[in-house]
Amino acid sequence: MNTEILGIIVMFVLTLLLSLPLGRYIAKVYGNGRTFLDPVFNPLERLLFKCGGINPHKEQNWKQQLVALLVINLIWFFLGMFILLNQSWLPLNPDHNPNQTPDQAFNTTISFLVNCNLQHYSGETGVSYFSQLYLMFLQFVTAATGMAAAAAVFYAFRKGTHQTLGNFYNAFVKSITRILLPISIIIGMILILNHTPMTFEGKQQMITLQGDTTYVSTGPVAAFVPIKHLGTNGGGFFGANSAHPLENVNYITNMTQMIAQMLIPFAMVFAFGQFINRRKLGWAIWCVMTLGFLILCIPNIIMEMHGNPNITAMGVSPALGAMEGKEVRFGAPSSAYWSIATTVISTGSINSMHSSYMPLSGMNMLLAMMTNCFYGGCGVGILNYFIFIILAVFVSGLMVGRTPEFMGKKIEAREMKIAMIVALLHPLLILAGTALAAALPSQTASTLANPGFHGFSEMLYEYTSSAANNGSGFEGLGDNTPWWNISTGFVLILSRYLPIIGPVAIAGILGAKKYIPESAGTLKTDTATFGFMVFAVIVIVAALSFFPALTLGPIAEYFGMG
Amino acid sequence: MKQHILPAIRLTLVLMILCVGIYSLLLSGFARLTPEKGSGEKITDGNGKSYYANIGQRFDTTIYFNSRPSAVAYNAAGSGGSNKGPNNPDYLKEVQQRVDDFKQKNPGASIPADIVTASGSGLDPDISVAAANAQVARIAAARKLSQQTVQQLVNKSIDRPFFGPQKINVLKLNIGLDQLSH
Repeated sequence: MNTEILGIIVMFVLTLLLSLPLGRYIAKVYGNGRTFLDPVFNPLERLLFKCGGINPHKEQNWKQQLVALLVINLIWFFLGMFILLNQSWLPLNPDHNPNQTPDQAFNTTISFLVNCNLQHYSGETGVSYFSQLYLMFLQFVTAATGMAAAAAVFYAFRKGTHQTLGNFYNAFVKSITRILLPISIIIGMILILNHTPMTFEGKQQMITLQGDTTYVSTGPVAAFVPIKHLGTNGGGFFGANSAHPLENVNYITNMTQMIAQMLIPFAMVFAFGQFINRRKLGWAIWCVMTLGFLILCIPNIIMEMHGNPNITAMGVSPALGAMEGKEVRFGAPSSAYWSIATTVISTGSINSMHSSYMPLSGMNMLLAMMTNCFYGGCGVGILNYFIFIILAVFVSGLMVGRTPEFMGKKIEAREMKIAMIVALLHPLLILAGTALAAALPSQTASTLANPGFHGFSEMLYEYTSSAANNGSGFEGLGDNTPWWNISTGFVLILSRYLPIIGPVAIAGILGAKKYIPESAGTLKTDTATFGFMVFAVIVIVAALSFFPALTLGPIAEYFGMG
Repeated sequence: MKQHILPAIRLTLVLMILCVGIYSLLLSGFARLTPEKGSGEKITDGNGKSYYANIGQRFDTTIYFNSRPSAVAYNAAGSGGSNKGPNNPDYLKEVQQRVDDFKQKNPGASIPADIVTASGSGLDPDISVAAANAQVARIAAARKLSQQTVQQLVNKSIDRPFFGPQKINVLKLNIGLDQLSH
């Protein structure tokens, strides 16, 4: 058991150690500073901008940035729909997988477009290699979209008054060429050296030692998996995602994928501090996020190590922990660590089946997605946290009777309205969606895999995962029906774009305001007190709005245990 | 909005060449340099037949170390777990059945959790050390080997990684077992 706990600690510490230099590097990339890789990337980017017909030095205000962002996303949507609806005759389909149905293609395209990757299909049978490669493309560009939106917010908080926030295309392309692509190549090489397949051949027949005939799906897995984690996308190449022994071969690949998914969310926080020249603020934000992460993660590790009491009662040794849905090569503790890492961040990849976790472990995963800002997704995590900072500044301002300020900018009614809309949208989508699904048993009852409270949790999890753009699931849910495909599709769209538009708009408005120099009366945002304040706001918003729903699901199930 | 459409299409196309074409080719080229050429690790048995080392196989006879229960019957053209909740009464009945079967096949042995529960992928290539130990007496009797010989094979097969749990690859263990009997 000691090597297992040690493995977890090493994963976390390594992530932190790697994210610090990466954060400094990201700040330089967005600040157009010099890096040692310029001789490679400058000509490459010039070529890309030239082919794209884009002037990367043209300054854009927040509205122009958002229009550019939304237009290019719309193009990717149409392209995705076309490919998934026609994959049967498009190239690279050695297994002759059929076209997706329109509602499934809608859900698949949307969920990859919004960095969620809900996947109401299985990779082995639901998509061709051509479609997989397009989905891989979306994993690159959607991660870069989130990062470019975060970069726009970074720009707004440089000292002084700014009408513009840099150029969207510039930050977007540089996120790919300078950050996502090089790191993905390194990770891909590590995976290949650890026996992850990288081939375009179809299914292989295999006669087992016992004499059964089976078929083995492989594919270009080692290209797909790095960006799936680095971009916090989480869409699996195979149905079982990173529990599959070819997608996640051994403990080393498990650690690599774990570090890859937490790396950029960590680094973006430090990059923010570096960029606006307030490193202490970066650390303060990271500490609050880590506190939230540990509060959810440690109980899960302990609960899963204790095993399922119902099964222990049958005379089964609990020494290995709860093993239903978990792989022997990862073990219960590091699977539990992954279960929270992948839900606090918006990855949603899994190395064990979340539906089979203990009830309160399942609740912690739900809470991780309901708060959705402890680290959070690639770029968008810090945007979500930014909303809570604005709320906390406002509440603090009211408490001390001063005009709320953040980074020398007054926060007024218009920004508060936007922040409130974004903060309330999340619970609204989750709770209204779940309520609707529960009220329409004709659509949903037959899709549930478990009776009772756990069945309710399956529906709650599906909408929470959609609204958090997470993509994991209580996968027993038979979710490839028009109801689930379409209803979650709309939740996905709203919960991706409004939480990007909101923070960028706030940042744009604040950036254009007059800069008020810091004085003795300024609220310090890089202190432990303020950190606690933000944490309290997050807890109140998450706990108050979701507690009733959690009571009907995992909490009721917990008290119903034998 | 209009002035963004054309650049968006053009940028999408060049980025596809970069992120799909060049990126995949680079990694494919790198995979070509490895001994297995990117097709996944293989192992060969005494008869020269080769298998995917990391794809679990169904082993349910008395003469082989049994693998874990699988929600997809070890068919590697798909993958997945049972997704049953920890309280589901039908599921618990199924586990009870597996416990009873295991007790009957391996009387007196302790029962580790992995051997009566289904894995996440349904293709788990490994079992725990405890699950192998619990089957030693049965295998020795079925193959007319001494318990000590079988136990030695088990001990030799334990994978002790620096991080993470100890485990045993069932396929490698059973191939070793076949070679032992020859």
